[in-house]
Amino acid sequence: MSGTSVSVERGRALLDIRGITRKFSVNGGELTALQDISLSVRQGEFVSIIGGSGCGKSTLLRIIAGLDTEYEGSAEFDGARISGPGLERGVVFQEHRLFPWLTVRQNVAFGMGNTPTKSDWESVNEHIDLVGLNGFEGAYPHQLSGGMAQRASIARALANRPQALLLDEPFGALDALTKIQMQQEILRIWATEKATMILVTHDIDEAIYLGDRVVIMSNRPGTIKRVIPVDLPRPRDRGSYEFTQVRSAIYAEFFRQEDKPFAYAI
Amino acid sequence: MSTIQEQAEEAIFALQVVPLPDRFRFSALLGRIPRNVLGLVLPVLILIVWEVLSRAGVLAANWFPAPSAIAGTLLDLLHGGELIRHVLVTLARVLAGFLIGTLAATILGGVVGSTPLVRHLLDPTLQALRNIPSMAWVPLFLLWLGIHESSKIALIAVGVFFPVYLNLLSGILTADRKLVEVGQVFRLNKTQLVRRVILPAALPSYLVGLRSGLSLGWMFVVAAEIMGASSGLGYLMIDGQMTGRASVIIASIVLFAIFGKLTDLVIESFGNRLLSQRGLGI
Repeated sequence: MSGTSVSVERGRALLDIRGITRKFSVNGGELTALQDISLSVRQGEFVSIIGGSGCGKSTLLRIIAGLDTEYEGSAEFDGARISGPGLERGVVFQEHRLFPWLTVRQNVAFGMGNTPTKSDWESVNEHIDLVGLNGFEGAYPHQLSGGMAQRASIARALANRPQALLLDEPFGALDALTKIQMQQEILRIWATEKATMILVTHDIDEAIYLGDRVVIMSNRPGTIKRVIPVDLPRPRDRGSYEFTQVRSAIYAEFFRQEDKPFAYAI
Repeated sequence: MSTIQEQAEEAIFALQVVPLPDRFRFSALLGRIPRNVLGLVLPVLILIVWEVLSRAGVLAANWFPAPSAIAGTLLDLLHGGELIRHVLVTLARVLAGFLIGTLAATILGGVVGSTPLVRHLLDPTLQALRNIPSMAWVPLFLLWLGIHESSKIALIAVGVFFPVYLNLLSGILTADRKLVEVGQVFRLNKTQLVRRVILPAALPSYLVGLRSGLSLGWMFVVAAEIMGASSGLGYLMIDGQMTGRASVIIASIVLFAIFGKLTDLVIESFGNRLLSQRGLGI
């Protein structure tokens, strides 16, 4: 079983970010979205990045994905500077972003180019199976539920067998039950694919349930406030004492003591 | 003294309108007609009233010929073999103008939409030309191309060009940025991005453009044929006007409506077939 801190220490650094700052010009002024971010992610690790809206966590993921290259500092993936998107980094967005004119199978095969080879199709089928969409290969996106569409989008990101999967609030638009189901699925996929996972979320429980480490970001400018390791065996029990301990630690980073309704009862 | 609850019940009772038995209600009568036939009720009623008024002599037969008289005129024209020729000539003009206009609009729209440099170079000019009422081209086209087919087809093509061009361009420019980004994530180059993401994304808008282009094509064929032609439905109308036969004019209008609708149906069903996979229609 992968996922404990032991396996994390075994891996080498796949992603190495040093002193990244990203500024946007807004209405003539300058807005610092990210300030001096340093983060190293090891091969096979599952890292959750959590923060409030507007803290720059999605900007950070876009930089890792290569969709935003106007950053200062150094970002290296597998030893090479990130200067654009790459097939070794799969991306799952908050919206499924499936092409409405393609079937599930064609969508999953989208990254294979114009003429997918036999082994490409094998990978497509394998990943459709992996996300549990067999039987829906010929369906069009408008015929799928939100959860199924997001599964297809995960399969599409995995079909090229990327080294890392970047997840930008992938379950944010799903209902609570589907969300929990998808979180369990993504852990199963992580164990099968052995890909490095970097998840951006604003859901504290999701961050703890999935991550080997939880990176907590602060608002304006976005900086890394704290990194909390989650040394709990998987599958994790969201109601367990240890889980609650981690949750309290994260809460404490976001809310001052007097904001916590139960603080007085202690 | 009644309680508040009793008062309330009385008030509710008073509000309840006792329904009339079904056979007395007009809406119930209409409700029995299938929905897809319902739209025919009004035109059929108008035709009946029109026919009756014409026969009764309320409407002057030379200004408002009865529907039956118009049908008779159509049959006469048909038997003379004249009508089919006029219809075919008009259809050929619309088709030729539509194809030329669409071809030009598709090429220009595609290039302007996918190359920012060309867009900044060409689009302002095209947008300016668009503001010229298309009828204003007529004298110039007649001067350049003569009174024969080419000037008519050119006029129709100009009419078809703008809706197709504008819709294709807006379809390309408003292609979902989020889908384009997916293309970038998969390292598509510029050409692949246009072909695999942007053009398919622009298809619904393009089909809408084709449809309005076609309807403008019909509008312009009337204008072109009225201005000077020796055949075609527009010529038939002018002929009817010159010879004082209102029935010929109205018959031509009816034929324009029928063929306009038929060609529109062709594009509509073609478009719906292309878009059905997306759960869309035009």
